Amino acid sequence: MIGIVNYGAGNIFSLTAALDRQGILYGMIDTVADFDHYDRYIIPGVGHAGTAMQKLQEKGFVPIIKSLKKPVLGICVGMQLLTSFSEEGNATLTSIIPMDTLHFNTEHLKLKVPHMGWNKVRLETENELFKNIETHSFFYFVHSYFIEFNPNFTIASANYGIKFSAAVKRDNYYGVQFHPEKSGGAGEQLLKNFTYLN
Amino acid sequence: MNSIKNTFSSVPLEVEERNTFAKRIIPCLDVKDGRTVKGVNFVNLRDAGDPVELAWQYSQQGADELIFLDITATHERRKTMIELVKSVARQINIPFTIGGGINELTDADALLNAGADKISINSAAVRNPAFINQLAEAFGKQFVVVAVDTKNNSEKNIVFLNGGRIATGLETEQWIKEAEDRGAGEILLTSMDHDGTQNGFDCDLLKEINDNLSIPLIASGGAGAIQHFIDVFQQSNVDAALAASVFHYGEIRIPLLKEELKRNKVEVRL
Repeated sequence: MIGIVNYGAGNIFSLTAALDRQGILYGMIDTVADFDHYDRYIIPGVGHAGTAMQKLQEKGFVPIIKSLKKPVLGICVGMQLLTSFSEEGNATLTSIIPMDTLHFNTEHLKLKVPHMGWNKVRLETENELFKNIETHSFFYFVHSYFIEFNPNFTIASANYGIKFSAAVKRDNYYGVQFHPEKSGGAGEQLLKNFTYLN
Repeated sequence: MNSIKNTFSSVPLEVEERNTFAKRIIPCLDVKDGRTVKGVNFVNLRDAGDPVELAWQYSQQGADELIFLDITATHERRKTMIELVKSVARQINIPFTIGGGINELTDADALLNAGADKISINSAAVRNPAFINQLAEAFGKQFVVVAVDTKNNSEKNIVFLNGGRIATGLETEQWIKEAEDRGAGEILLTSMDHDGTQNGFDCDLLKEINDNLSIPLIASGGAGAIQHFIDVFQQSNVDAALAASVFHYGEIRIPLLKEELKRNKVEVRL
């Protein structure tokens, strides 16, 4: 069963609704002891990465998250928390995946920010998280900061002025920049795939 | 055993990488007392007045996003809105915006917690522009859509309220710039001169606004044919196009619309 890390960073109604629609069981993690009750974890997150990190620290969740051996999926800001650093609030993050979270350079690239809408996602390597999802499927993104592309950890990429990480993986830690709970059938497939990861 | 259908090696890289961000098609649903008000012409709809079932139909047809405009005028409005948002969030797997009568941070907070992806504010922002800042600070700019109704008035584009009945002293371009500076995450611009005419979007104005905007712009008002959507994306490069009656009455079917857009080199999600 999935444990949703409940640390007060954004609304999780849409996520739990998506899991309900798929018949996927989940519970809420409110204390460190709750981590024991689950065999996989989702770290949601909307809003400011620096603030989200602070909330995660106040909850005392950082050490246990760093020590998890079971599958972990960070979504949006929850994914960014897995990296080392974010330009949003110049925040030091968990460093679980040694990458940086950067701001879209609007002046240079003439981009509209937030990057808000459906973007194609290109699969970089074969991975169980994207099982039965075709490369170049569309997913729904809402973000102003992105994780750099790094062939060592990027398992799927997106292109918005520059190529960045749509999904990352290191060992049992996964992160997706898009919102699977808002990404139609492809997103639901990804959530389903997560429940089968070993 | 299933394997990932990874076909990119056979596709020329250049073509694939150029256009990967889709233009959005957004049906707009007017809701009163929890029921859709405009006539709906879907053959297989059990209850044409049920916004949730209608929303589900649209999501199945390939709509990229939905906007619900609540025009309820009673004291019960807030309760019915929250219930509506919850039902939509429970059943629909695409993003949606809710607008109508949002005047306070507590309204927005309740809608966020009920599962709304964005809220749209119009007259509340004109009356109290600082409300945009407050919403952006509290919930992030991605949550805040500022809807602007514009009308040409003696050679100037002026912001109107109450469906075009009340003129403000604000010039449209300046107001949109101010809304962006205050923290709007997206602009929904409706041309009252084009709205209801089915003669096409106001592409000139939309282009002018879009060229000077660094947040997404949704075009609204005037959609009557598939060609109008092709025109608005090709001529003004807006991020999304909204329509109501042409979708509700089945005059334009979203799957066909998207096929035609793609044929005309407008990137869409199929």
